Amino acid sequence: MSHETPPTPGLVSSLVRGYMPFVVAVGVAIVMQVVVRPNVDPYPAKLLLDIGINCILAVSLTMVNGFTGQFSMGHAGFMAVGGYASGAITYYTSMRVWGAGEARGGVLSGMLGGEGLPWLTVGDGLFLFSLIVGGVVAAGLGYLVGLPSLRLKGDYLAIVTLGFGEIVRVVIQQTSPVLTSAEEVRQATILQLPTHVGGSLGFSGIPYYTGLFWVYLGVCVTLIVAFRLKTSTFGRAFLSIRNDEIAAEAMGVNTTRYKVWAFVIAAFFAGIAGGLFSHTLGVGLSPEAAGFLRSFDVIIMVVLGGLGSISGAVAAAIIVTLLPEWLRGVAEYRMIIYALALILIMIFRPKGLFGVREVWDRATWAWLSRRKSGTGARGGARE
Amino acid sequence: MRTLRSRLVRAGLALAGVAALASPACGRQPTETIKIGHYASLTGSEATFGKSTDNGIRLAVDEVNAKGGVTIAGKTYKIELVSDDTEGKPEKAGTVVTKLITKDKVKAVLGEVASSVSLQGAPVCQAYGVPMITPSSTNYTVTQKGNMIFRVCFIDPFQGFACAKFAKDELKLTKAAILFDQAAAYSVGLKDEFIKHFKSMGGTIVSEQAYTKGASDFNAQLTRIRETNPEVIFIPGYYSDVAKISIQARKLGMTMPLLGGDGWDSEELAKNAGEAIDGCFYSNHYAPDQPTEAIQTFVSKYQQRFGGIPDGLAALGYDAANVLFDAMARAKSHSGKDLRDAIAATKNFKAVTGTITINDQRDAVKPAVIVERKGGKWAFRAAIEPQR
Repeated sequence: MSHETPPTPGLVSSLVRGYMPFVVAVGVAIVMQVVVRPNVDPYPAKLLLDIGINCILAVSLTMVNGFTGQFSMGHAGFMAVGGYASGAITYYTSMRVWGAGEARGGVLSGMLGGEGLPWLTVGDGLFLFSLIVGGVVAAGLGYLVGLPSLRLKGDYLAIVTLGFGEIVRVVIQQTSPVLTSAEEVRQATILQLPTHVGGSLGFSGIPYYTGLFWVYLGVCVTLIVAFRLKTSTFGRAFLSIRNDEIAAEAMGVNTTRYKVWAFVIAAFFAGIAGGLFSHTLGVGLSPEAAGFLRSFDVIIMVVLGGLGSISGAVAAAIIVTLLPEWLRGVAEYRMIIYALALILIMIFRPKGLFGVREVWDRATWAWLSRRKSGTGARGGARE
Repeated sequence: MRTLRSRLVRAGLALAGVAALASPACGRQPTETIKIGHYASLTGSEATFGKSTDNGIRLAVDEVNAKGGVTIAGKTYKIELVSDDTEGKPEKAGTVVTKLITKDKVKAVLGEVASSVSLQGAPVCQAYGVPMITPSSTNYTVTQKGNMIFRVCFIDPFQGFACAKFAKDELKLTKAAILFDQAAAYSVGLKDEFIKHFKSMGGTIVSEQAYTKGASDFNAQLTRIRETNPEVIFIPGYYSDVAKISIQARKLGMTMPLLGGDGWDSEELAKNAGEAIDGCFYSNHYAPDQPTEAIQTFVSKYQQRFGGIPDGLAALGYDAANVLFDAMARAKSHSGKDLRDAIAATKNFKAVTGTITINDQRDAVKPAVIVERKGGKWAFRAAIEPQR
């Protein structure tokens, strides 16, 4: 043991360094819901919502796969756990208290209408509470899974996390059908309710609270936390593990502890994303949401954006959401072209769109222009 | 009594008609188009389902357009079909249906095949007030999503009943084993209904085994089933798994017939399973060789257009589109509400898959057929009428 233990940087003090960004976050979220949503068609609005949820997933996975360099393949598992937990809370609380499962949100929630309602209601409070509980449940699971498995490295960790996602999926498949009458819900005990989440048919009937406000509030908070982590002492420990785990350990960084923390924080935000996902109209939380295909979608975003780049993850989330939609015109060839586009991006940008940098880093632009001058001969001829 | 005035009016109308035909500006009557949407799994693991349904709908749309279109409240419209891919994923349903309704402005939505996807598309149609007809989602909760949601197929409880009745009354068997896909709601629902009805008819379930979609080895479950010596195995799964199961069962020396639901309905099943599937049965929405006129004309039209024998999903797609067109012709306007009312009033509509009446739960009441694999072909074996 080293005689000079480095001071342990506090997580909370790293993250809550000033509240102004959070105020801005609420402002952005309100603008998205009150100004943007009524003025765009429902289809682009729905795509904005999909982008937002994918952003949260991609940025949170960046904390594990990007910052810390651990390859997790079970992100969808955490998302599904958060989604089911928060969905069960809002649905069954609404059924018990109001006798019906419909959303009772205000102007700031939902994707349809909302005229003449108060901005926030009791329903919104319930929704926010359920989101946080969903995040905490996912984070708790992240801790339980992380503690033993994060002593593993590389491929072994990938396999364990892959297995975790599949376990979640199979467990959810075994659950009983959703209780649809208030009578049944009132008769069931609190412990019985979480087992009635629909099994393989999926959990339908969850009230539709999710709107652009909640999603973009989630996106902003995730981004603030990710940036503060990346630039804090706490986050530096993550990066040191990615760059050289042995050197980090030699310098006194408790690698397992930091890896578990990265896992827990990422799982928390995945749980929040799951909660937002499950309360969206026409999305449907099914056991498949926990499957490895969904995890791969998120990994694609993170790798495409550049492992470790937050703005890269956001850019990739936008591309991965919009590209298949833009390609709807070509019908059968859609998924082929989509896959080809992903392959081409990885060939021309093997480290992802931005590498480990952010889009505004000077180095990113220097890197990009160097790339361009490499093919300068042709470019010059054209001019 | 025919008055001079009425005769004059007639003459005037006739003249106007001639003028309309003759005038170069409207060489053909300018017909407007109405769009209808179809969301389906055109790619993904159940792609043949989406493709067949889409073909069936396309055939119906072309036919109605060849006749000049659909007349709604005295005005004739051409039908334009917009099909969009869900990849068979429930989470895509919301985006796809939102696109169809708000970007393409479709007046009615058809789809999906898989119940889990329909369950997510339905609330969106309900929220926007656009009627939706699912051709083949048999899970009974789909139409409970709202009063805009209809179907033209029977529901799982009935299919489970039909299989149980066939096994008990037609095949005279009393000992059944079950092998079901625990990952598919369809399979679980069908299994529960089969057990309920088979037991109430006096049969016994000797073994109940589960598998998960996409598995490749079923020997463990099959061996356990073999120990209980059943006379028939009920496998309410999808065709890709059933092919593997049947081959492995025959290899284990199990010769009893296998029985399934409409998830078996794909040419791929016989192609992959070969002789292993001989002497097996499944319940379906129709049998292409059933000697009724409606079925035979449909089959020949489909063969001309796309080649190959249409499966049940193609027939249901065709029927869903025709039920919609029939309702459009009766509707007061093409608003969502009037279309809904017209669809709800569908009675004794002569469709390919049987006579369709929409009941109070917005489900179709109609018979099921059981087909048998015989001499390298699926042949019509029995029709099971709904319980009245």
